Amino acid sequence: MDFLSILSIFVLACFVGYYVVWSVTPALHTPLMAVTNAISSVIIVGALIAAAAAGVPGAKWLGLLGVVLASINIFGGFAVTERMLAMYKKKG
Amino acid sequence: MHEAAPVNPWVALAYLIAGVCFILALRGLSSPATSRRGNRLGMVGMGIAVLTTIFTHLPLQEVTVFAPAADYTYWMQLTLIDSVTFAEILAAIAIGAVIGLTTAKRIAMTAMPQLVAAFHSLVGLAAVLVGVAAYLNPQAFGISSMVIPMIGQPFAVINPVSKVEMGLGVAIGAITFSGSVIAFLKLNGSMSGKPILLPGRHVINLATLAAILFLVAQFAHGQEGWPFWAVVVLSFAIGFLLIIPIGGADMPVVVSMLNSYSGWAAAAMGFTLGNTAMIVTGALVGSSGAILSYIMCRAMNRSFISVIAGGFGATDSGGGGAAATDRPWKRGSAEDAAFLMQQAEQVIIVPGYGMAVAQAQHALREMGDKLKEHGVRVKYAIHPVAGRMPGHMNVLLAEANVPYDDVFELEDINSEFAQTDVAFVIGANDVTNPAAKTDKTSPIYGMPVLDVEKAKTVLFIKRSMGGVGYAGVDNEVFYRDNTMMLLADAKKMVEEIVKAMD
Repeated sequence: MDFLSILSIFVLACFVGYYVVWSVTPALHTPLMAVTNAISSVIIVGALIAAAAAGVPGAKWLGLLGVVLASINIFGGFAVTERMLAMYKKKG
Repeated sequence: MHEAAPVNPWVALAYLIAGVCFILALRGLSSPATSRRGNRLGMVGMGIAVLTTIFTHLPLQEVTVFAPAADYTYWMQLTLIDSVTFAEILAAIAIGAVIGLTTAKRIAMTAMPQLVAAFHSLVGLAAVLVGVAAYLNPQAFGISSMVIPMIGQPFAVINPVSKVEMGLGVAIGAITFSGSVIAFLKLNGSMSGKPILLPGRHVINLATLAAILFLVAQFAHGQEGWPFWAVVVLSFAIGFLLIIPIGGADMPVVVSMLNSYSGWAAAAMGFTLGNTAMIVTGALVGSSGAILSYIMCRAMNRSFISVIAGGFGATDSGGGGAAATDRPWKRGSAEDAAFLMQQAEQVIIVPGYGMAVAQAQHALREMGDKLKEHGVRVKYAIHPVAGRMPGHMNVLLAEANVPYDDVFELEDINSEFAQTDVAFVIGANDVTNPAAKTDKTSPIYGMPVLDVEKAKTVLFIKRSMGGVGYAGVDNEVFYRDNTMMLLADAKKMVEEIVKAMD
């Protein structure tokens, strides 16, 4: 993809983010932070590419370490969000 | 020329679907009823992104297999994935999964701000690692072009645009990491929440930021590697320097801001890799954190710049607080409080960070239940900056099984105090201070506050009369005729009130 199409996706996604986040109820702001934490660990994609690539051992090990760190975040972030959301109950 | 690997449309589509899942995950949070489905969609999106990457980037091995047949031997050439690399990656994911799941299961809800700060630091560090790996092995990331010189071997150079993206990604990642580590230490109490003010810190910070930008440009233009490493080192330093002058009460802003940074770091890496899922996520998380920071700043009537500049509450903690303790105030007992609330038609409970510290949320819910048995309407009023992160009080109340339709935001409930018999303030202080409405000299002037003093009676739980809130200002509410001070540990006091209600 060329730089301009990537930039277009980015700018449009910022607008989507703006409107979606304003619609989040303030009561769920803590789960919002936890889940955004989990999804920002999509950076694992980069770590996986580095870990899978042969040729430069240093890059490979950094990639594997990145996979560990991002995985902590992914599993921990989603699990803790799930735990919090399960606590929100309606009256009755 | 820029892309080493041909872009498979199915792969691009998979990343796009992952990005859409993430958008829907946040969309689900618009109501508690749809939130869990949203979270599951987030997991699906992550699964798609991870599997797509693994199966498109794993190295392949050619394996020759001989199959003996009746009269002659077949041989086949099979292409299999490199099982060693695959196993290494699975092991790395498994290690992360065990650590992450155990932490998520064990963490106390009151410790959520620390946990989120710790998670932010991991995203930041992961971004740095990915950036460095991309620098060391640009061909794997498809960000280099081969240069064939007249004499000698062809060599790979990283494209200048990718260098800028990488440099910025690594810088933001490093800032997120060191900043979050400091935020974690402060929130966890391992480090004093008091602002640490270095002389000339604004000059140092601005100079460091300028140096980082200059070095990124230098890195993009030149052929040397040192500016890249200098960017990494300086960014770690600036993250540290930016957060140490910020005080405990400003932590909701800091945590949101670091949340935003972790998003921008992911987005910058997404630019480097041309990966839709990363760019969409980065934009979502980046704007999410930015909006939360804005909401927190607005709730404190402070500009973002003044929070970042730091030092709130460091200088004016003495003044107003000390002299005012001589003023007359009324002290109440648990029995008085129980009696007053049982006679009431409506009670509004105002929780604050002190409730979290005392772990009083369960006792508080029990008190609410007792009151409801007596036919009292019980509501909870939450100020946006109550606690140490956005929505902190809501989670604690939810943990204690308080139904979420009993919990109201400031603007929805503030008009009700005038028709309320008892306002029950537990562990909150600055967010109830009427000086914010009347006293132009007060450091919290202009901050939206809960109008507790308009209730017929205010019950104010506080550890002692000596201390003041984080803003370091005295609270007029303590000395009003309709206020009764309940001086004790919040949890103990609430438990005594519950006992007195029997």
